[in-house]
Amino acid sequence: MAKVTLDRVRKVYPNGFEALYPCSFDIPDGELIVLVGPSGCGKSTLLRMIAGLEEITEGELSIGDRVVNDIDPANRNIAMVFQNYALYPHMTVANNMGYGLRNRGLPKSEIAAKVREAGEMLNLTELLDRRPSQLSGGQRQRVAMGRAIVRSPDLFLFDEPLSNLDAKLRNQMRVEIRALQRRLKTTSVYVTHDQVEAMTMADRIIVLNAGRIEQMGSPAEIYGAPASTFVASFMGAPPMNLLKGTVNGSGVLLDGGPTITRAAPVGHTGPVTVGIRPEDIELSDDGDLPFDVDIVEELGANRLMHGHLGGQPFSVSVNKDMHAATGQIKLALKPAAVHFFDTEEGRRL
Amino acid sequence: MKRTAFSNPWLPILLLVPQLSIIAVFFYWPAGYAIQSSFYLQDPFGFGSTFVGLENYTDLASSTNYLDSLKFTVLFTIIVTFLSLGIALLLAVKADKVLRGARTYRTLLMWVYAIAPPVAGLMGVMLFDQSRGNLTQLFRSLGWDYTLGVNYWDTAIAMISVSVWKQIPVNFIFFLSGLQAIPRSVREAALIDNPSGMRRFWDITFPLLAPTGFFLLIINITYALFDTFGIIDTIVKGEPGNNPMTLVYRVFVDGFRGGDLGGSSAQSVVLMVLVLVLTIVQFRFLERRIHYT
Ligand SMILES: Nc1ncnc2c1ncn2[C@@H]1O[C@H](COP(=O)(O)OP(=O)(O)OP(=O)(O)O)[C@@H](O)[C@H]1O
Ligand SMILES: [Mg+2]
Repeated sequence: MAKVTLDRVRKVYPNGFEALYPCSFDIPDGELIVLVGPSGCGKSTLLRMIAGLEEITEGELSIGDRVVNDIDPANRNIAMVFQNYALYPHMTVANNMGYGLRNRGLPKSEIAAKVREAGEMLNLTELLDRRPSQLSGGQRQRVAMGRAIVRSPDLFLFDEPLSNLDAKLRNQMRVEIRALQRRLKTTSVYVTHDQVEAMTMADRIIVLNAGRIEQMGSPAEIYGAPASTFVASFMGAPPMNLLKGTVNGSGVLLDGGPTITRAAPVGHTGPVTVGIRPEDIELSDDGDLPFDVDIVEELGANRLMHGHLGGQPFSVSVNKDMHAATGQIKLALKPAAVHFFDTEEGRRL
Repeated sequence: MKRTAFSNPWLPILLLVPQLSIIAVFFYWPAGYAIQSSFYLQDPFGFGSTFVGLENYTDLASSTNYLDSLKFTVLFTIIVTFLSLGIALLLAVKADKVLRGARTYRTLLMWVYAIAPPVAGLMGVMLFDQSRGNLTQLFRSLGWDYTLGVNYWDTAIAMISVSVWKQIPVNFIFFLSGLQAIPRSVREAALIDNPSGMRRFWDITFPLLAPTGFFLLIINITYALFDTFGIIDTIVKGEPGNNPMTLVYRVFVDGFRGGDLGGSSAQSVVLMVLVLVLTIVQFRFLERRIHYT
């Protein structure tokens, strides 16, 4: 168990592409941090630098009290779970899990005991003598997990470990991994582009965009106070509505007509981007925002209405008990549920 | 496999005829003829032949020359196979790590493959030539009196070196593609599990290369046994003297230089049996054990 510190860590690939701009953060001991962001934003690059599989161009990385920039992956006392599991095809499940321990010179009996223990924890006891080719995708995933936990590492690294599983298994494994990590209290970095995984598993989330950290915070902070329009539209499904408007006294005049009253950014004048989560809106006959509903999507637990607000696209999510139909309706807003962003860089105001 | 139904049962047979007749004319017929003539003693001047039963075979078993060639062939095959596989594997592992100029490097190594065996033999003869050979001169300066074509083992060294050199590119290409077929993440997992590059190679890379390696083993044994004929011929120049010879070359020397067609046929039959055994070993026993997926 260890704390991880990144100090202005930067990555420039040999072809000159800057995959990660200098970034600094700490991961406290025992915490699970989720790196999330769109494809190509540098999540794997960052994770692989922590693992030692990719060279660090600049900056300093420490695991525990040790600067590990120049330490081999095998000597960093980490364990990694790969997206395609990366099991050794010629070894049995037991040998796959024990291989790392064997190289540390542990006695055979001790290795066998640890492998058995991990096998029990992950329901793999029956499968210990099988080869990876004789396992299902979910079982392989478990073996990859087992290989990581038998080593009792300082740090777990996960690179989209669930993305090859079907939706049901993914939900189940998500809960299992989280429970396992809580139990073992091992510091973890978990990469995903699935925002549900990010929200449900993380102690803290780091949102990456094009090689830069957009925001770092607890799931509640990321959801409740997104630092930019990028975070606002990336986290949360359906995404936050973003409307163009202009500050007008104590309210905002939206482009194309209606005015939002009783909510305005402090100390800001001129154009502004207004963010409203689809689930933060109430339908109310005496509301002051006219909403033209074009389509209603049935999602089971709730319904999603897509349409226009003063000519700008807008979505509202309502509980399944509410009546939803196309046509014009009125919306009411809670002032606290309105977010403001500047129009140039999309920063939160 | 997909089955296709032909409405006319004669059509598939008709389509197979060209292939089958080629095999029959160039393989079964000569093979049958060799088996037949191995039981006869041919008149050296071509005036008929006498049935002698298994005498040609028993003669082989008691011929010191033949047994010597047999021993040499076994040794030659083992050394050529081992060295050409070993060196190619080493080169492939190194080439796999090259990032810059990888393609040029590979192309350079491949060129040797384009050289015909007799030309390779000729180049070997030139390098090892008694008076002008660069290598001979190098050996001399080191105090080793190297004489190609006179000293048995000196000739053997030239044969082996040229044969190995000629076979390396093929092995190299197969090993390299075998290495590149190993998923990157598996290697990275090993990188995290094991700090020693050498141990990683033997524990992970080598076993995963085993299917390629086994295939190449068979290819190389066949090469050393049969396809080195051109190289040996150029070095020995049909004048066996005191020089070492492989079994295949002896078939040629005894049959066409010595005029002993019966004995030579018996030797060919022995070789055919050897090939048969090799093929059976390949398909029955080993291949089954080295596939993972
Ligand atoms: N070896 C490399 N050389 C040059 N550029 C690279 C290299 N590897 C990755 N990149 C680039 O770096 C950026 C970040 O890649 P990375 O693999 O970290 O993305 P990611 O966030 O993990 O994406 P995904 O969700 O698709 O896995 C990408 O734009 C990619 O094209
Ligand atoms: Mg990735």
